Amino acid sequence: MSREPVMKRTGAQILWESLVREGTTCVFGYPGGAILPAYDAMLDFPIRHILVRHEQGATHMADGYARATGQVGVAIATSGPGATNMVTGIATAMMDSSPIVCITGQVGSKAIGSDAFQETDITGITLPITKHNYLVTRPEDVARVVREAFYVARSGRPGPVLIDITKDAQQASCEFEWPETPKLRGYRPSHHPSSREVDQALELIHSAKRPLILAGRGIQLSNAREAVLAFAERAQVPIAMTLLGLGAIPASHPLNLGMMGMHGEAWVNTAIQEADLLLAFGMRFDDRVTGNVKTYAPNARKIHLDIDPAEINKNVRVDLGLIGDLRETLDALQPQVESRDRGDWLAYIGMLKGDSAVRDIQNLPDNGHLYAAHVINDIWRETKDRETIVVSDVGQHQMWEAQYYKHEEPRSLITSGGLGTMGFALPAAIGAKVARPDAEVWVVVGDGGFQMTMCELATIAQEGIDINIAVINNGFLGMVRQWQEFFYERRYAATPLVNPDFTKLTEAFGLKARRVTTRADVIPAVREARAHPGTVLLDFRVEQEDSVYPMVPAGNDLHNMIRRPSAIIETGADA
Amino acid sequence: MNTFVVLVEDHPGVLTRVSGLIRRRGFNIDSITVGHTETPGVSRMTIAVAADEFGARRIEANLYKLLEVLRVDNVSRRPSIFRELAILKVQTSPETRAQIFQLAQVYRARIIDVSPESLVIEITGNEDKVRSLIDVMTPYGILELARTGRLAMLRGTGTASKPPDNDDQPALFEADDDGVSHSV
Repeated sequence: MSREPVMKRTGAQILWESLVREGTTCVFGYPGGAILPAYDAMLDFPIRHILVRHEQGATHMADGYARATGQVGVAIATSGPGATNMVTGIATAMMDSSPIVCITGQVGSKAIGSDAFQETDITGITLPITKHNYLVTRPEDVARVVREAFYVARSGRPGPVLIDITKDAQQASCEFEWPETPKLRGYRPSHHPSSREVDQALELIHSAKRPLILAGRGIQLSNAREAVLAFAERAQVPIAMTLLGLGAIPASHPLNLGMMGMHGEAWVNTAIQEADLLLAFGMRFDDRVTGNVKTYAPNARKIHLDIDPAEINKNVRVDLGLIGDLRETLDALQPQVESRDRGDWLAYIGMLKGDSAVRDIQNLPDNGHLYAAHVINDIWRETKDRETIVVSDVGQHQMWEAQYYKHEEPRSLITSGGLGTMGFALPAAIGAKVARPDAEVWVVVGDGGFQMTMCELATIAQEGIDINIAVINNGFLGMVRQWQEFFYERRYAATPLVNPDFTKLTEAFGLKARRVTTRADVIPAVREARAHPGTVLLDFRVEQEDSVYPMVPAGNDLHNMIRRPSAIIETGADA
Repeated sequence: MNTFVVLVEDHPGVLTRVSGLIRRRGFNIDSITVGHTETPGVSRMTIAVAADEFGARRIEANLYKLLEVLRVDNVSRRPSIFRELAILKVQTSPETRAQIFQLAQVYRARIIDVSPESLVIEITGNEDKVRSLIDVMTPYGILELARTGRLAMLRGTGTASKPPDNDDQPALFEADDDGVSHSV
């Protein structure tokens, strides 16, 4: 323990002092009774506070902040409903291993258990959706807990940590003591594969004829881009991306095949099914990337590199698990990997890829319809000249974004992959912009998801946030509609949306908006939005009943895809 | 059935964390016992869970993710002693009392309470023995039954109850090369 000059401080002051020492400069929050002492103390510390309009937004903003930078994002709210409103955001961060710290006020420690006004058992509620959580009832514990919370949130496999602080713990005073290091004897975030395991991996890699890397979010989390590329180039192993891996490897890299899974590229899924070795780098074999696990990659040996021991053999049985930080593990493997010529395998995949191009909607000539794929591809063309972060929501537009926006940089795509939280994009984009003010931030969001958190337009207006919002407006809950079309005989139960006029709505918040209905107008609108200093919303009225192709129906074999009826051939254009 | 001996920090809510984690990963706890250990501040849980080999490894790996879990041993994969204590209240009549006394003796169970129409038997042993006594007593009429759940301890001098050293965390895993790894 370092000895500071003896001076008593309140728990609330200790809270902010500790946050500042952990490097926090900005928090996203909403005040209320049980957190008032903390809010009062905040004014005396160098902290930017972003006032949200709903606590769910605060957690998504903290999450967006964390995903954009790798640093811990902080959200703060009051007890009871303030805390429960955070639950969706915390679960979102948990599923995607995002380091955030959520601070909630709690009723006085003597009132706990009495069903006091705005009392809720938030540590109980968030038990399964936090990496760890704390209930703090004494000011003496505040500094230690904040120190531990940040350490836990960002180390090992990152995740959300919640700190619930009673009102009396914020008000009471004690001596401030800052622990030099967090002491957690039951917490072991770092692991290293044994040299025997490394040797086994090398043997499998060297004997493989058709190997494939499955590149996940772990690459972004461990900053392993160079290590993965060095490995892939040396061993000549092509790379398939998960949704959350996009950007970890440049889309333009010759070994990068594109996205795998339910809406992955057909050639990628086919390559997975025909591979003889899968190298899973920081990914977790989610059901959306495996399809039916019984028929998944039947000919492949599997090596799983992950920092979390609990992921090994969870969804897919693997031949070898290398537990540890991905970059460190690859650095250990790399010097011993032998260079190989896998030209036949790469040529075969190239052949599959060429075969699929005729089905690409991007190759469809302008037929008067505005397709989401065109909108997203045009946004990519226009924004690729500078550092851009795209924050996508959940649904069809999210998949089109993944297919048609070519991400070159790590942390350039932020999206809710694991939990699939609609309403995530707008607040997460605010967090990303606050974290990286120099980057251009685009929200790509559906008309359904946008309306779940559109109240944060007020936050944008009040805080002067400069982002661009592309609403992919098809008047449907599009992905659900697509499932109804494919699997429920087009019985559109509760999927058509009657929407407000998003341009007028945006203008009511004092922000700029424009509606786009034709393909020719897309690029001028995007340029206008980029040139405008301040947030602009573009309401893209796209084809209403378009579907995302290809598609592996849930639980189907990965190679069993529904393909887009060839757009080019159908319209009579030359193939 | 897998039996985990889990050493945890003696904090409020640890039992909820452990039991909640096993539940949400889709496993059902057959029995769970908690008590103090020879080390102050460290509690010992004995958890019996039905799971296959992969499931057992997942449970173990997930338990290690809890900050308050210090050590996990799946003792069912090693030579171990299992004990349980049960007390049974059995209906008696003047005709059956002697028989029940005799049967209890066969099981080395003790009669700990006698009343005109019932008696209470205490038995300690592994689950087979306890279950067997219960089966034998069922025809007489079991009025009440209480069981502690399983306790477990490794045979020999090996121990599952040493929490990791505070300052030397990695040493635990290097030294613990007994096939009961927290990973694969």
